[in-house]
Amino acid sequence: MSEITPDLVRHLASLSRILVTDDEVEKLAGELGVIVDSVATVNKAVSGDVVPTSHPIPMSNVFREDEVAPSLTQEQALSGAADSAEGRFKVAAILDED
Amino acid sequence: MAKEPLMDFEEAIERFEVVIGLEVHVELNTKSKMFCGCANVFGNEPNTNVCPICLGLPGALPAVNKKAVESSIAIGLALGCEIAPNGRFARKNYFYPDLAKNFQTSQYDEPIAFEGKLDVEISDGQVFEVLIERAHMEEDAGKLTHVGGATGRIQGAEYSLVDFNRAGVPLVEIVTKPVFGAGANAPELAGAYVRNIRDIVKAMDVSDAKMERGNVRCDANVSLRPKGQEKLGTRTETKNVNSIRSVENAVRYEIQRQAHILAGGGSITQETRHWHEDRGYTSAGRPKSDADDYRYFPEPDLVPVQPANSWIEEIRESLPENPQQRRKRLGNDWGFSELEFRDVVNGDLLDLVEATVAAGTTPQAARKWWTGELSRQANAMELSTSELAIAPDQVATIQKLIDAGDLTDRMAREVVAGVIAGEGTPEQVIEKRGLKVVTDEGALIAAIDEALKQQPDVLEKIREGKVQAAGAVIGAVMKAMGGQVDAARVRELILERAGS
Amino acid sequence: MSELITKSACELAGLIESKEISSVEATEAFFDRSESLNHLTLSYLHLNRESALAAAQAADSDLAAGKRHSALHGVPIAVKDNLTTTDAPTTAGSKILEGWVPQYDSTVVKRIRAAGLPILGKTNMDEFAMGSSTEYSAYGPSRNPWDLDRIPGGSGGGSSSAVSGHLAPLAVGSDTGGSIRFPAAVTGSVGAKPTYGAVSRYGLIALASSLDQVGPVTNTVLDAALLQDVIAGYDPHDSTSLPDSLGSMAEAVKTAQFKGLKVGVVKQLSSDGFQAGVKKCFDDTIAKLTAEGVEVVEVDCPSFEYSVAAYYLILPAEASSNLARFDSVRFGLRVAPEGNPTIERVMAATREAGFGPEVKRRIILGTYALSSGYYDAYYGSAQKVRTLIQQDLEKAFSQVDVLLTPTAPTTAFKIGEKVNDPLAMYLNDIATIPANLAGIPGMSVPNGLAEEDGLPSGVQILAPAREDARMYQVASLIEALYVAQWGAPLIAQAPGLEANRG
Ligand SMILES: [Mg+2]
Ligand SMILES: [Zn+2]
Repeated sequence: MSEITPDLVRHLASLSRILVTDDEVEKLAGELGVIVDSVATVNKAVSGDVVPTSHPIPMSNVFREDEVAPSLTQEQALSGAADSAEGRFKVAAILDED
Repeated sequence: MAKEPLMDFEEAIERFEVVIGLEVHVELNTKSKMFCGCANVFGNEPNTNVCPICLGLPGALPAVNKKAVESSIAIGLALGCEIAPNGRFARKNYFYPDLAKNFQTSQYDEPIAFEGKLDVEISDGQVFEVLIERAHMEEDAGKLTHVGGATGRIQGAEYSLVDFNRAGVPLVEIVTKPVFGAGANAPELAGAYVRNIRDIVKAMDVSDAKMERGNVRCDANVSLRPKGQEKLGTRTETKNVNSIRSVENAVRYEIQRQAHILAGGGSITQETRHWHEDRGYTSAGRPKSDADDYRYFPEPDLVPVQPANSWIEEIRESLPENPQQRRKRLGNDWGFSELEFRDVVNGDLLDLVEATVAAGTTPQAARKWWTGELSRQANAMELSTSELAIAPDQVATIQKLIDAGDLTDRMAREVVAGVIAGEGTPEQVIEKRGLKVVTDEGALIAAIDEALKQQPDVLEKIREGKVQAAGAVIGAVMKAMGGQVDAARVRELILERAGS
Repeated sequence: MSELITKSACELAGLIESKEISSVEATEAFFDRSESLNHLTLSYLHLNRESALAAAQAADSDLAAGKRHSALHGVPIAVKDNLTTTDAPTTAGSKILEGWVPQYDSTVVKRIRAAGLPILGKTNMDEFAMGSSTEYSAYGPSRNPWDLDRIPGGSGGGSSSAVSGHLAPLAVGSDTGGSIRFPAAVTGSVGAKPTYGAVSRYGLIALASSLDQVGPVTNTVLDAALLQDVIAGYDPHDSTSLPDSLGSMAEAVKTAQFKGLKVGVVKQLSSDGFQAGVKKCFDDTIAKLTAEGVEVVEVDCPSFEYSVAAYYLILPAEASSNLARFDSVRFGLRVAPEGNPTIERVMAATREAGFGPEVKRRIILGTYALSSGYYDAYYGSAQKVRTLIQQDLEKAFSQVDVLLTPTAPTTAFKIGEKVNDPLAMYLNDIATIPANLAGIPGMSVPNGLAEEDGLPSGVQILAPAREDARMYQVASLIEALYVAQWGAPLIAQAPGLEANRG
């Protein structure tokens, strides 16, 4: 049986900064439960020491030289923003923290 | 929020064992940012050192700055760390408006450097071995400005503005293991540790190391436990304590605050706290909670860093002497009193004095120049001493002319002023200003005789051992000769007289 | 139907080079057709007439001055809407990016421009490439030119329907788990996912960084090869970009031969779960190859059983992090709830309103797979499955030159059929996912029409990492066998879109 409870969905949605209604939470819990039960089979695939692969083509030491390249202009930087002021991106206040 | 009740510091130390842990972030002084080619500079117009990468625009990808890796390895080596044969970047996921991608590209379980140590000496000469858990590479966030509300603080702000110029500036985060047994010295040790890190990265020239600009920032973890208890107490993490004095004060404050709570039967909340420099207290920030689930995973857009041994050894070769050891060595070589030496260190004059000595002066002469006349000049011009337009070898040249009797102290100061004013080399200034000691001792002796005649009891006093009595005669002679004589020579001649 | 628009890209390039037609004429032909028919297929989210014609004019004048920038010089192309373009909005099929005009061109788009190809427009896709049918596009589903009631595959259904509906001679797509190959299979076109790292991902709006790869969507294998030659190559902006050149695919295609070829049929992808007509087409392909003297052996890849599960952990995990940047601060949609909301609430409301249900599902699933306490069991195990799949493939490729599978378990299904059943949707990618997990190249070419529904089927060719050339060679050999049978590529059998003109 699935471990995806409505409370867990609520917690995950908050970690992902997605507003969810109670109805959505119920729906998502059901859908995700089915998916998780299905993908949880990966556990059975692996036994013993297996090195995880995070890059499909093994590579290492890819660097760039410490050289300055052109930046955007301030106007370009702000061009896609919903709101800006004084050359900066404007956002609502952050109240949940001192 | 105001100050909370505190326990007397001595009593707190008496009753509890203090455990501290320090996380120091060092901003590297690379030319470009950690993952993009934007200039790594301070103070430009907002959002002018930004590009799709450091703005986290859709589709943009990071590329690692090689010099930043090199500097990180160098810092690791300077702290006696092992360098990881396989380092990896990881994403630290959390939402914050100054974090362009809403994840910080950092390192997690495979940091570039680990398991080091640093010997930290405090003012009474005690040395503490601080164990370093790790040093890892990461990127800085942008800068938030809070608008509206009382003091530009978050609370009460109407809105906030974000400048991403600092976003993506390379950082090295150095994390200590818990430090036990410092007791009453814990605050001072914390400060001294941070000073040491600052001095090291500055000497290595991998960071501008200006704490007031946030080049070196400290988060201080403090916990207390009743003496004899094995289990560590709950800790708080005081964020962004940005001067050495603040580090000391914040640690001291947390010790006293936590002691008061624990003594009253209360318990400490695990939380981040903010240090208020102006009023000297910490206040509660966000409690540690599930929200701290950063969901680290290997950064799929970057490949592992596997530094070759030859590269590591090359970097090790290029490391400068450890600043604390260097101070020790110079202290021994120069033979200054403790006070004299502290003046040199605090005035940030070690390099200048050392270079002046290397150019041929005695340590004492070099010290006097830099802590005296040259510091005064710098102060007057609102410059740091190292910014003065006079080089250590020029100072040495001038001192040599004094020693040879070619300049008086007063004339030497004039030469210095001329050099700083841009009139040329010391020789050129002397030439232009016609500064030359009168070497005809006939005239000098006549002047001395005349002065002694005016003050007949002086020779007697000198013979009785009151050598300082010569001062009055020296003054009179200098005045009579219009300053164009060497005071030391006048003194010699007077003493000769008294001896005959 | 104008003669021009049914020509292959290679043929068009030849006509342009010999100045029988101009790039402007070719570009206009596709615009005229797209402007009148796009409403049927919704292949394009944005048509870019002005800047495409400017590029076409530049291509013509360069050619007149003796400068031919590539073998596809002057041939117009469609670009999937998850590749950034400075001259057209880039939405990735999402409301959260509606109207966003990027401040930079993706490397692939830069290469396309530099090669002298005018960009016709941006093609529709499942939102952030999450889907197999294009039904999850926030701007409405694309439709299959073979049957407008059916899906053109996904997530690159815009590109596949554009190419198979002759709204573009060429397109680029992106393939994270089959988003180029599945659409190619169900629209009777050709689609290739190069080796991971062969084509730069810089400027590709990331779905799952370790799986994403850009590739060609075309009507012929040679066109795909020519296009891969244009878009592939080392890019210092992408740290996972391969520094070594894989050579010219178009050159490789010219020297393809059956002699000595040994192909493998993957045991785990040849029997259960495939639609009968699809299976029959696949058997036919194998029979044709055998008749040409190709040795066919069965290979065992036991870990493939877990590939879908591993994929649906790795993809959402990486996506949850990649999509965190859509927060209303620097670009894109902002939704402010009533009252005096904090930035946290603005972000949450924006993401609620801006992301569709499948995107939210996958973000939350990915957040779960990475969260402390679950990481090892889910994300960690999934990454280990990748290693096992690579080991299976290594063993298989030690026995054979390439592997063949049906590209997709079914032909194009009806719009709406699976849209509310995520798990059923996920299974469309069962044959294509292993290539993404292992980083190897994979390609789909048409191999007939399924007898029960008359819809296209595709065969997938998988080659070892960096052996893209070998993949193209085998693909061209298979294509040639069918062209010999049909007298033309499969696409010639498609009903004209005009028949459906509304
Ligand atoms: Mg950090
Ligand atoms: Zn940048």
